[in-house]
Amino acid sequence: MTPFLAQSEPWISFDVAGLAEQFWNNTVDGLALGGIYALVALGYTLVYGVLKLINFAHSEVFVVGAFATWLTFYGLGFRAGATPVLSVAEIILFLAIACVAAMAVSGGTAVLLERVAYRPLRKRNAPRLVFLITAIGASFAIQQGLRLVFGLNQQPQIRLLQPEPLFRIFNATVTNIHVILFVAAVLLWFIADYFINRTRLGRGIRAVAQDPDTATLMGVNKERVIVITFLVGGLLAGAAALFYMMRIPQGAIYNGGFLLGIKAFTAAVLGGIGNLRGALVGGFLLGLVENYGQSLFGGEWKDIVAFVVLIVVLMFRPTGILGESLGKARV
Amino acid sequence: MTTQTVSAPPKRRSVREQWNNLSRPAQWGILVPLVVLIYFLPVLNPPLIATTGTDFPTAMFDVARYALVAIGLNVVVGQAGLLDLGYVGFFAVGAYVAALFTSPNSSLHHLPYLWTLPLAMAVTMIFGVILGTPTLRLRGDYLAIVTLGFGEIIRLVADNVGPLRGQSGFERVGTDANGTPFFANATAWYWLTVTIIIAILLLVGNLERSRVGRAWVSIREDEDVAEIMGVPVFRFKIWAFVIGAAIGGLSGALYAGKLGFVNNQSFDVVTSMLFLAAVVLGGAGNKVGVLLGAAVVAYLPLRFVQLAEYNYLIFGIALIVLMIFRPQGLLGARQRLLARGRQAYRRLLGRGEQISGESALETHPNGGPR
Repeated sequence: MTPFLAQSEPWISFDVAGLAEQFWNNTVDGLALGGIYALVALGYTLVYGVLKLINFAHSEVFVVGAFATWLTFYGLGFRAGATPVLSVAEIILFLAIACVAAMAVSGGTAVLLERVAYRPLRKRNAPRLVFLITAIGASFAIQQGLRLVFGLNQQPQIRLLQPEPLFRIFNATVTNIHVILFVAAVLLWFIADYFINRTRLGRGIRAVAQDPDTATLMGVNKERVIVITFLVGGLLAGAAALFYMMRIPQGAIYNGGFLLGIKAFTAAVLGGIGNLRGALVGGFLLGLVENYGQSLFGGEWKDIVAFVVLIVVLMFRPTGILGESLGKARV
Repeated sequence: MTTQTVSAPPKRRSVREQWNNLSRPAQWGILVPLVVLIYFLPVLNPPLIATTGTDFPTAMFDVARYALVAIGLNVVVGQAGLLDLGYVGFFAVGAYVAALFTSPNSSLHHLPYLWTLPLAMAVTMIFGVILGTPTLRLRGDYLAIVTLGFGEIIRLVADNVGPLRGQSGFERVGTDANGTPFFANATAWYWLTVTIIIAILLLVGNLERSRVGRAWVSIREDEDVAEIMGVPVFRFKIWAFVIGAAIGGLSGALYAGKLGFVNNQSFDVVTSMLFLAAVVLGGAGNKVGVLLGAAVVAYLPLRFVQLAEYNYLIFGIALIVLMIFRPQGLLGARQRLLARGRQAYRRLLGRGEQISGESALETHPNGGPR
């Protein structure tokens, strides 16, 4: 009998030199990727904060946005392969059109989802587990619907913007796409934070998150607040889809949201689900950790690193890094 | 007794009540022919039920495999109220144990296939303890996402660790040293699985009626109260996790043996979701219910293969519609311990009482998951 592990080559390696060499590149790339995670995570965190519901179909809301982006590019006359030469104004215009389209389609999908799948359950006092199963059912339905329409293969990649190195930090090259992703994520997060914490509608959302019954008594329209919550989550997912497509142009594929959805939810939990700041922190942290892990252990261990970090963080901080807070009263 | 029967008019008796009022011999008189019928289904090949696209005994084996998984997951989700989204991980561990000890692709010592069944259970039990100890201190949705993470970790390890052979996988699993398979035809596999299901049902039923089962229900209904009343919550959670894991591992080993091939492709999160859907669809916490749910989840996609294009689309929509119209599942949860208290409450106040808690099966009086 031969020993089981001795005869095989080592299946995991620790490339510390590689990590050190790639550290700043990984940091830059991780922050860009983390921005996308953070935007999608905001959708999870908002719905969770208000409804205590893991909206598993949110990853499909994201994918729908990715297809909307692709179709918009296609509709504007861009085709795969060719590298368009555009002026800056044109690029901004086209990206803005795609952004609006993706946000509208994703937001619409999220609201429709709430309407079709979750509202009837709420009327019927369903247990929480049932919402989860319905979310899974909805996720299946949307995913397979997309497969029927667009087929099994990913859409050919369309790039409006070629990645061009802008400047260097330490020994890392920062491209224009990195900058756009990072800035857009932080900007959108600020808008979402302002909306939740400073506006009337946002106050309604926080009120329902804290105590739905009392909020209703105080004149908050709970149903409307829930719809708005889904809408905001959907809009952010749509924007995230556009940015994701800028980074990974072949991102429009029917099951493409699945892993990203899990990662984004992981990011939300990591930061403390139901906490807007937590989503941002969790998203960036996950993006960074994943990229460092990729250098240290090799690309195929990238996803494992994300989950291991999640488990370790939750073991020591069972409600995430920043804790739950959407419903907490601000003192 | 379910909440439903409590609120129903008193004249109409539920099927379960009628069943409980039957004498023991009468119950056997119904059960034995039913079990015999279930055993002979693949032989009878009934015209409307028989699958056209897939071999019917194979389809029946799939149904039985899902049923076994659902029984195991029901212990975790339905009985103890622990939302486990990574159950497929245990299923995978069981399948890999069977593969490693019976496939010629593995350099490990060759064992007779039947020996790998208890071995798979033992190994998954160890995995249950390893995964349960750090995570079961978490609650509700955090537990859900951590178990999801563990399920994915097990799958990714199977992808990346050399000796587990990734996508190329293990061939001729379940064969003996000469290379002959353990059972040649699917019907025999089906019979083996049904026999195991009956044995497991008896064991789990005894557990449910014991102190352990009562502890599980108390944890499911309200963890804090259970803790205060002196139930060692953590220990019983581990118990539920480990027993559920063992049944999942057993099912995985059976699956590996029947299929004869194990690679990393069949252990994704979607499968985990299907397992959970089987439990919730039938009615978490109800053994007969989860068997029914498993039958629906496994059988429908196989029966309507001519609709293969739309298979999972229909499945997803069916899942939504079913949950909207029967949120408690096809058969509701079994809450014998609470039934008595509810009846007393109803007599005193003239209405049912709402039981709240942080469990996943909780219903809130004002609707919604919150």
